[in-house]
Amino acid sequence: MLQDYLIPETVEQALSHLQGGKGRARVVAGGTDLLLDLANGKKEAGVLVDLTRIPGLQEITLEDDLIRLGAAVTHNQVAKSKLIQEKASVLARAARSVGSLQIRNTATVVGNVVNAQPAADAAVALVALGAVAEVVSPSGKEYIPVEKLYAGVGKSVLDSTSQIVTRIQFPALLKNQGSAYERLEQRKALALPMLNVAVVVSLADNRFQWARIVMAPVGPGPVRATEAEAILTGADVSLGNIENAAAAARAQANPRSSALRGSREYRLEVLPVLVRRALEAAVVRAGGNC
Amino acid sequence: MSSKILTFTLNGETIRVVVEPTDMLADVLRDKLNLIGVKKGCGQGECGACTVIMNGDAVTSCIIPALKAEGAVVETIEGIGGPGKYHPLQESFMDLGAIQCGFCTPGMIMSAKALLDKNEQPTREEIREAISGNICRCTGYVKIEKAVSTAAEKIREGK
Ligand SMILES: Cc1cc2nc3c(=O)[nH]c(=O)nc-3n(C[C@H](O)[C@H](O)[C@H](O)COP(=O)(O)OP(=O)(O)OC[C@H]3O[C@@H](n4cnc5c(N)ncnc54)[C@H](O)[C@@H]3O)c2cc1C
Ligand code: FES
Ligand code: FES
Repeated sequence: MLQDYLIPETVEQALSHLQGGKGRARVVAGGTDLLLDLANGKKEAGVLVDLTRIPGLQEITLEDDLIRLGAAVTHNQVAKSKLIQEKASVLARAARSVGSLQIRNTATVVGNVVNAQPAADAAVALVALGAVAEVVSPSGKEYIPVEKLYAGVGKSVLDSTSQIVTRIQFPALLKNQGSAYERLEQRKALALPMLNVAVVVSLADNRFQWARIVMAPVGPGPVRATEAEAILTGADVSLGNIENAAAAARAQANPRSSALRGSREYRLEVLPVLVRRALEAAVVRAGGNC
Repeated sequence: MSSKILTFTLNGETIRVVVEPTDMLADVLRDKLNLIGVKKGCGQGECGACTVIMNGDAVTSCIIPALKAEGAVVETIEGIGGPGKYHPLQESFMDLGAIQCGFCTPGMIMSAKALLDKNEQPTREEIREAISGNICRCTGYVKIEKAVSTAAEKIREGK
């Protein structure tokens, strides 16, 4: 049962509130996942430590080609940010597709990652961008790739009763790079993704230098289509290669049948189409042509 | 449980109210401050009936811990106008028949107001985005969209 709600002004203060709670105090940001989990007994906390007023954590910054998002940055901030639209459009699109405007005004991108749902929209895009979380705890600071934060469905390797993600950072995309986001959904708002795909490609002389292809929910966290990525690495930009990559992505996916998200069979048919569309769009944005 | 005093600005007035850490903002507004224009439909952020404006943005007050509102500026349907002096949104919702049962209306109007406060000339897409988190079981949204764009015109003409 919640006994207290604290609003610290510094990260140090937040850490000491967590330490004082001895496992009963937990970080909260927008609360759009946590408050529902507390209400239905999926999580337990005696004290909530709200990070959203800590100066600096509301900012999106670009420094030395590295984009950084503070722990209080909301989905709407990201969706509307010119910087993110230009240098990481996959994330702007993903953030724009979360819930409704009211949810996007409250919910944070970092919370989306730490909550560790397999198809959390912003998290899927961040894995494609190669994002890294800055994690602070009493023992110091460490940097962990977002891709490595998953311990199972809805389970993060992070312990939000003692560790705080202060920022998430990723490289701004260069002129020869492009990204795209595709989402299968039942309606245009307030609908969880039935499938989502995020890709980032880097081109040189109309060849793929590399590609990062992420798909969900087809496993416990966002899943890299590593076979598809390998097919594209060094390959010419062509519709044939993109089709092959899409087929490889499908072969690597393992969706379950779900009343909410559609049958395994249906989603396996749609997935390669989404991968193909995303790759085509990303190639165009990177200045290539098929 | 440890009660706390929440201090915030509500419809232009500074309010101090005793709340529990478990209280949600929607419940404090309705049950402690008697602002029953704040409707509660789902209690899970899904329907938008409980929408209020907090620090300029539309939010679903049913999933916001009341204590998160400490120091915030909150507006509800009661604060934007009423009999005698209606807000242009309230007027055009009534004039254009954008209300049937009325349960979604306060939330719908607060979402629309958050938009018009920042943007007096919204596109159709912007209006749709603004009300996409507000579910209406009765009207089919067409008249609501029209009411919002008509209110925007009125606001622009009033300047
Ligand atoms: C109606 C509705 C619709 C939704 N639709 C979608 C959707 O379409 N797509 C989607 O992806 N999600 C959706 N969500 C889920 C949710 O909004 C997101 O996951 C949100 O981004 C979580 O962020 P938050 O700030 O609200 O997190 P919180 O609820 O505050 O926290 C989530 C978890 O992360 C921990 N945590 C948060 N921040 C930190 C930090 N900085 N350091 C350490 N731990 C931390 C908390 O302790 C908690 O366990 C929806 C939710 C609702 C209520
Ligand atoms: S009651 Fe708050 S969104 Fe439905
Ligand atoms: S008028 Fe009845 S729900 Fe909208």
